[in-house]
This record gives sequence, C-alpha cells and structure tokens, in this order.
Amino acid sequence: MKIHEYQGKALFRQHGVPVLRGIPATTPEAAEAAARELGSPVVVVKSQIHAGGRGKGTVFADEACTQHVMDGGVKVVKSPEQAREIAGKLLGNCLRTAQTAGTGKRVNTVYVEDGCAIAKELYLSVLLDRAVGAPVVVASADGGMDIEQVAHDTPERVLRVHIDPALGILDHQARRLGFEQGLTPAQVGAYVKTVKSLVKCFLETDADLLEVNPLVVTAKDEVVALDSKMSFDDNALFRHPDIAALLDPTEEDPSELEAKKHDMAFVKLGGNIGCMVNGAGLAMATMDAIALYGSKQGAFPANFLDVGGGATAEKVTTAFKIILKDPSVEAILVNIFGGIMKCDTIATGVLTAVKEAGLDRPLVVRLEGTNVELGKKLIADSGLAVIAADDLKDGCVKAAIAAAKWRAEKGMPPREALPEPAPIAYIPKKKAAAKPAKKSKPAKKAKAKPAKKIKPVKKAVKKPAAKTSKKKGR
Amino acid sequence: MSVLVNKKTRLICQGITGKVGTFHSNGAINYGTAFAGGVTPGKGGQTWTAENGKNFPVWNTVAEAMREGGANASMIFVPPAGAADAILEAIAAKMPLVVAITEGIPARDMYAVKRALEKNPGTRLVGPNCPGVITPGECKIGIMPGYIHKRGSTGIVSRSGTLTYEAVFQSTQCGLGQSSCIGIGGDPIKGTDFIDCLELFNADPETKQIIMIGEIGGDSEERACAYIKAHVKKPVVGFIGGTRAPKGKRMGHAGAIVSGNTGTAEAKLAAMRDAGVFIAESPATLGATLLTAVGR
Repeated sequence: MKIHEYQGKALFRQHGVPVLRGIPATTPEAAEAAARELGSPVVVVKSQIHAGGRGKGTVFADEACTQHVMDGGVKVVKSPEQAREIAGKLLGNCLRTAQTAGTGKRVNTVYVEDGCAIAKELYLSVLLDRAVGAPVVVASADGGMDIEQVAHDTPERVLRVHIDPALGILDHQARRLGFEQGLTPAQVGAYVKTVKSLVKCFLETDADLLEVNPLVVTAKDEVVALDSKMSFDDNALFRHPDIAALLDPTEEDPSELEAKKHDMAFVKLGGNIGCMVNGAGLAMATMDAIALYGSKQGAFPANFLDVGGGATAEKVTTAFKIILKDPSVEAILVNIFGGIMKCDTIATGVLTAVKEAGLDRPLVVRLEGTNVELGKKLIADSGLAVIAADDLKDGCVKAAIAAAKWRAEKGMPPREALPEPAPIAYIPKKKAAAKPAKKSKPAKKAKAKPAKKIKPVKKAVKKPAAKTSKKKGR
Repeated sequence: MSVLVNKKTRLICQGITGKVGTFHSNGAINYGTAFAGGVTPGKGGQTWTAENGKNFPVWNTVAEAMREGGANASMIFVPPAGAADAILEAIAAKMPLVVAITEGIPARDMYAVKRALEKNPGTRLVGPNCPGVITPGECKIGIMPGYIHKRGSTGIVSRSGTLTYEAVFQSTQCGLGQSSCIGIGGDPIKGTDFIDCLELFNADPETKQIIMIGEIGGDSEERACAYIKAHVKKPVVGFIGGTRAPKGKRMGHAGAIVSGNTGTAEAKLAAMRDAGVFIAESPATLGATLLTAVGR
C-alpha cells in the first residue's frame, strides 16, 4: 500500500526524522492560508499523487492529457497569493509524470512546505533485498536524480549496506555511507542521526519501501528529508490500523479495492477478455496465454484475478460480478485447476453469479482437477450457454473467438489484430542434439519452433541512448 | 530415491486443531503419509481423531512432538500473525524439515526466520505461501491434490501452486510421472529456493528431467539458471509466468512484482535460453515440451 508524501513526512516526524514544516491543503484558499501560516519568504507547493517525477511532470485539465495547463507539478512560490494561484492550477487538474503511464493523475491535495537553502542533495532508500532476505540501505551522493539511471551509468556511485532488522542500521554503517558520499565530519554526525531514524521508521512501520530523493544537507549542515515515498507490506497492515487508514481510495482502482475487501487479488489490464483463475501463478499464466493465443482476434486480458485457493461459492460470485462490471469485457474465461478448491464449488459459484448478475457476454470455462466431472456436469445440466474448453490454450482461443463473435452480433467492428507477441517457446540446440534419442523424434510433433527463428527478437529491445541522469526536480 | 520426503518421513502438523490444519492433516494421512500427530499450544494432551477413525496425540510444543512422537517433518497451518513464530519454534526444536503453507506472513517476521535458518543449517524450510512437497506414493505434505501424481522421473520445482498442478498433471498424462515435487512458494523471502531444489534433483538418480516454473519478481530464476548452466546435465523444462504483467503491480503473490528493471519475465527467459532450458510458451504445452526435452 502506498501513501502520499505529506503522510510519509508525518510518519518521518513521528520517528524523529528531520523534515521541513509543511501543511497539506485541498483548496486554493487553504493553500494560501498554509503559506501565510508558514510565513516564510519562499514556500513550495507540491502536488500529492502516488507517482514520482512530479517536478518534471505536466499539468493537464483532463486525464487524457489533451488540455495543457502548465509545466511542473511542484512549484516554488514567493507569496501566499501566489501559493493560492498555483494551488488553483494544480488542484482538480491532472498531473502526468514519467511514472503515470501516459495518463494524468488527479491532484486532490497539495502540500505547502517551507523552502530551504540546500548545500548538497543525496539519495537514500531502504528496501527489501530478496536474495539476502534482509533490508538494504541504498545511498548515493547523486541526489535528485533517477537512481536507476545512476546505477546504470555510474554503479560505483551507488552504495549499499545490509542491515540486521533486529538492530537497525549501526552507527559505523551509517558513518561509512556519509564519509563515502564526501560529507564533512559535521555533516556526517547529522547524517548518521537522520539515517538511523529513517531505518527505524522503515522497520517499525513494516514498510517495504522508503525512499528519500533528495535527502538534503542544508547550509547549516542539517540532514533533512526533502521528499518522502513510502509503501507498506500489505501482509503486515493488520498490525498498523493507523497506516491502513492512510489509504487514499481515489488513488486506487475501485475494482481492485472491492476484490481486496474479499481477500482476492485483482489487477486491471485494459483488454477485452475477463478472466477468473485460482492461484496467482495460473492467473498470470492465463493472462499471458490470452495475449499469446488471441492476438489474431485482438484479444487481450481485461484483468488478472486470483480467487485464491480456499474460495467459496460466494467469493466466486463476487469475483464474477467484478469482472462483469467492466464494460470493456467481451468474453469471460474461467480457468480452474482444482486442488483444495473443488471444481464443483467453482461451478456452483459461477452458476449462482450468472443467475444473480445475468450473463450478457460469452463464458468459456476450463475445469481440471478435484471433482472435475461433478463440476462439468453441474455446468452442462444448468442449460446455460457455457462454452467448455479442454485445456488452457483451447480456452484462450475459444474466448478470443467468442469475443469477436459477440462484437459482430452487437454490430461492432472487429478488433484490430495485435502484433504477435515475441515467441517464448525455445528448444536449445546443443542439448537437443546431444540426446542420442533425438533422431527417432517425429519431425513435427511438438511444433517446436527452431531456435534460429527466436534469437533475433532480443535485438529489438535496445533502448534509445540514455541521457546522463535526468533531474527529478524537487 | 526421491528428494526431501519419503516413507521415512514422520509428519506433524502445527495448527492441527484449526479447520485447515485438520483438513490437510487428513489429506496427508489418507495419502499414506506417516503421521505422528500435531501441535496446538494450549491443547496439549488432547486427542485428534482423523477421518479414518485413528487417534493422534496433540502436543503443546514442537519439542515434545519430536521427543514423544519421533517427528522429523512439520507442516505449518498457523494463521499469518503467528506463523513465523511457529516456524521459529520448529527451527529451535531442530526439526529437520519444515513446510510452511501459510500465506500472508509479514516480510519483517520472515527476516527473523531467515536469520534463524542461517544459524541452524540442520533445518530446511520450504515455503511459506506454498503448496508443499510430495513424493508420489510415499509422502504428501501440503495442500496439493494427491491423485494427479504418479511416481516417475520428473522433478518439479515451482513458485506457484496451481501451476505445479498443471506440470504434475501433464507429466503424469505424458507418462513420465514425478520423482518429487517441491512448491517453494510465492513470497519474496523464503526458505528453500530454486537453486537448492535443482541441487537436490541433480543429485537424485531417480530424477531424469526437471521442470522449473518461475514467475516475475526477484532474480532467483536467473541465479538458478547460472547453476543449471554450470552443473545440471539433465534436461530442464522451464516456464515463466507474468510476461504480460504491468510494471510495479503485485500479481497476487507477494513476491510477484517487477520493480524498476529487476524481476522482468524477459530477463528470466533470456537466462533460461542461455542455460539451455527448454521453454514452454504456456502451461498448456508443458507436457509437449517435456517430451521434446527427453527426446521423445
């Protein structure tokens, strides 16, 4: 779960991390009052959205980003009146940044913060190192930059230190980071204090990411968190009702929230084939397979939906309703491999949902595993027009065709075919050749694509020449 | 031969008196797993009756279960808030094999488990958030449907439960069967990883070929592929889930997330190609790819 900068800074403050004074505002008038209350000659008005790169972003009046308002989602202002004017341009409008995937995100809150005299901009983050199974502190003297770019261009300028979660970061570890970033002894003293507090904040709140970019050294040798980006381990939210309450529903997809309420994982993907699957791995594989096998019909998964291992008929009904709510869904694919979840339970859930919500779009069902015969029989006996599929590939193809047929019946033009995805199947040359049994293999059997055909694909991925570290803007 | 579990495995269930613990303890017993009893703190001394009418002891502590019940493996069905503590208790009792099925354990709790495992190399943890481990015909620990398995020569290791079932089902259908199957789980911090399982399968004479099913997030597939390239002579069939997953989105599993440029399906597929792994384009073709890999 993500939170806004101003919420993160409140948590920082609670954990003794130095931050500047600031006041969140949701109206231009409140922003003006906030600037007046701060009383500083220079204040900064910052858009609060769940995405980085706000300073370099562009403000539009609409989410589709057609009506330009101004450049920059973070503005330095010199008077309360100007704060009001800028807040008026940000609030209610949409901010597009490098991280908002092409669309704009509605700004509902601005954070009015003191300005400060910056001597140095640093980078600091704390996150989980999965390979080691411990948190790692990442630091760099190149603050204010895109850290992935810094790591790519000048890996030696990115420092990493693993911490023992029971102890937090030790003084000597933080000290070393400070000195290696070229800080003076006086600055290092302040740096150690701030970094220890940040790590404490990360651990005590069960965060899975804490990023401060930039972490600044002021003209007075203080080390202050000028930014705050935090996200939390969803599995640990039960221990932190205060943090769970910080969730901003306007930043989340309503279907994802609804699914979460019922303990299911849902991610909207924007295509036309709604899918309901048990198990996260199979759900991922199903969405991949729809794109793979349905490209000719322009089919693409509308969503990722894992109903979980222990789903009940009620849960399946809810899942079904969430899928049907999406108007871009033109066909539904249910793909279940019953382990703990029995196929008859799924079938009952699907039938109940269809009865309750009505079925106005084609439904393809592939069942396998525990009680599969019972499940298939329930669906066959229901008299509903359900298309049965033999396996995952069959299901994807049938769903893509059914969606195309449905469009045709509605008088809609067919979808454009999507470019065929890069081939995934791969047969290694050497190893296959080394097999003595290879000769006896019937030539076409596994419809294996020759390795040669696959190799050139990689070339196309080359990125345009990277600019040396782009400024993130504060 | 097989890996991790066999006829000599003597299983207990931590959390046996709960609904899920009871259900899957019965599943293990009905499959033929040697079962010793269970642990539920505060219910020690009670008797737990299986579906088949047999009575089993309930202990307060894992230490007692090992001392009195001769257990050498534990499966954990304790709810998330107490699951890490249950794992730590099993490690402290020097339980050789701990299989944690529980989904939703906070990462911070798993940091402590990871440290304890490093200090106690005598305990192997599988999971958490996994379907478990099975050696067909001998021992089933976990939530997988036992009947789809057939004893044979394929070693299966996977981060996903239902995809493991697909792999099992197809390797059974194509006649090769399984030596052992290990679900390593979908969490970012876990006990046993791909590399550990590949080592085991590589050394197991009964395992003739391996299926490895990965997904987006982290880099353990990449590290495993480096190991395959250097050490594994048996054919390996691979699949990676999440090719179409959007960046920065968690796909159901806590560990299935592409963060920045790490954890992408492309990088994992490239590593597999480099290691000479036979890659299936979807779970539907796992069986066919397996046959190609063994030269049939």
